[in-house]
Amino acid sequence: MKQRIHYRELEGGIGFWVLLAGFGVLIALGLASVHYMETYGHWVTGMTNQVVWGIPHVFAVFLIVAASGVLNTASVASVFARTPYKPLAPLSGLLSITLLIGGLAVLVLDLGHSDRILVAMTHYNFRSIFAWNIFLYIGFMLVVAIYLWFNMERRMNRYIRPVGFVAFVWRITLTTGTGSIFGFLIARDAYDSALMGPMFVIMSFSFGLAIYILVLMSSYAGSGRPLGDATLRRLKNLLGVFIAAVLYFLAIFHLTNLYWAQHVGVEEFILFGGNVYTWLFWGGQVLLGGLVPLALLYSPATGNSRFWIAVSSVLVILGGLALVYVIIIGGQAYPLDLFPGKAVSSTFYDGVINTYTPSLPEILLGISGIAISLAATMVAIKFLPFLPVSLKDEVVEPPATPPAPATAEAHA
Amino acid sequence: MSKQPEENTLAAPERARRRFLTQVAAVTGAALAPGMVLFEVSQARALDQPVSGKVRWGMLVDTTKCTRGCDLCVKACDKENGIHSHGRPETDSQWIRKIRLRDLHTGYVQFLPMLCQHCKYAPCVDVCPVGASFRRADGIVLVNRHICIGCRYCMMACPYKARSFVSEPLHDQVPWSPRGMGTVEACTFCVHRVDRGHKPACVDACAADGPGALVFGDMKDPGSKIAKMLAKEQSSEVRADLKLDTGVRYHGI
Repeated sequence: MKQRIHYRELEGGIGFWVLLAGFGVLIALGLASVHYMETYGHWVTGMTNQVVWGIPHVFAVFLIVAASGVLNTASVASVFARTPYKPLAPLSGLLSITLLIGGLAVLVLDLGHSDRILVAMTHYNFRSIFAWNIFLYIGFMLVVAIYLWFNMERRMNRYIRPVGFVAFVWRITLTTGTGSIFGFLIARDAYDSALMGPMFVIMSFSFGLAIYILVLMSSYAGSGRPLGDATLRRLKNLLGVFIAAVLYFLAIFHLTNLYWAQHVGVEEFILFGGNVYTWLFWGGQVLLGGLVPLALLYSPATGNSRFWIAVSSVLVILGGLALVYVIIIGGQAYPLDLFPGKAVSSTFYDGVINTYTPSLPEILLGISGIAISLAATMVAIKFLPFLPVSLKDEVVEPPATPPAPATAEAHA
Repeated sequence: MSKQPEENTLAAPERARRRFLTQVAAVTGAALAPGMVLFEVSQARALDQPVSGKVRWGMLVDTTKCTRGCDLCVKACDKENGIHSHGRPETDSQWIRKIRLRDLHTGYVQFLPMLCQHCKYAPCVDVCPVGASFRRADGIVLVNRHICIGCRYCMMACPYKARSFVSEPLHDQVPWSPRGMGTVEACTFCVHRVDRGHKPACVDACAADGPGALVFGDMKDPGSKIAKMLAKEQSSEVRADLKLDTGVRYHGI
């Protein structure tokens, strides 16, 4: 017999409000940092004329990429019609909007002229992938909002699949666009690759799902609602596939560059330079953000443990931040090659490895982006019925009639 | 020999008339000559007329003349455009800089100025989301500081590291070259001078007190000095592999 899924606003006790207040403090600190940077100028940050995008962009790009990826569960439910994912879809859609808002907030607040946001909304240069992204971001939020409406409004449920399909195509386009911001930078050896678009898509799958798992687990643990093992098992298996896919794309990306004489310099700098980027890449992304969570998620000893699934998700997020740091900061740290075959020097730091040390205001601004995303999510699930009352295995995937034990195995 | 007697045979009123005509011609010539020179630079475009695509402003740098230790072009640019150091070289603006090149195999050393290359297919113009980076019909690439949002994507895209971000409040600005904190800026080819028929400050400084390594003019005008030199001498673009069709060409690299 089919059981209906019941959604309800989060109950939330004192812990909820304390956590929300904590995020509020982080947001306030971020805004104070913005005021400080806007008043004195960007020289108070670690950013320079050499490294023009700093740690705020790392957080912003990470959140924007994750925003697209967190829609995974909704896409699996609507586009691929997998019933067990349907109860997970509303939170998935909600997070995709809130993460995008958090990422865009950081991006906008780091502009030299944040006050000209209306200019950015009214002047467009359609040759710029950046301009296209503005459309993609705004459109994404609209499409997902419609998706959520159709999902939560029973009369509109029948149209959910086409809207889900549009959202799916939109998110792939959006993340390809975000990756292409770097891929289209022909002058910089660290970027300039068509692989950036698809690599960002697969990165989004991994980062977004890790965030989704953590938010889901903490929401249900915090509110005392039941969360079945089968749901978590499905998600963690999917996460494992995405982690492996990110490693695959990274391998292809770097191997291709190593084969190309022009890019060997930057590859040696990142992969074997013995600098912070080398450590973040091998230690942060490949080991802690890739191989370790893969082992944890698929090892029989840890793969079914909620604790280790949560640890794996945290590692994927930290590894993701490390990867984005290497891409954005590492790519700028390596100097432009104006005159191939010649050593170049000047008073403008030509030909030298550029240094970058994140300043406290930048870090606070970046963290405030995460706080904005999570605070908005908390408020939404507190006042709107995004979360199912129960995600017990038998509720998420009721046994078919007559019961067939092999079915449950297949879905797992 | 034969003209002198003839001159002497002229009547006094006739001699006076000839002297007057000679003086008028001399004064007229003296008055027009600078204008004719300027014509070559400005194509005599009135300030209320739109910029013409028939002109392509460009610069030829003769690196064989550019010398070690000379920074006249840099100083002239800073003075002309009101660029001051804040004592923080990593965030200070530099519109033009001297670069030292050393061949990795032969050790041969050269010097040259690096500035905005005023590309025909400028990456900074392509990537600017709001269209603040733009290229005039006459080839000069500029930033509209009124709408620049300070995203710095153009700085990421420029292959020449020619752009700077204004990272702190500005003082002592010059009215003809307005700047703004939170916006991106670069060499304008001294557009305010070029529009009035003058050459960029760096070019004048190099010619007046330096080795005269910089030639500026209309690359589309076959009669201009720069066009003639480009036709006669070897020159190349920096990062010519990118095919950006730069407005700055270098001789000797």
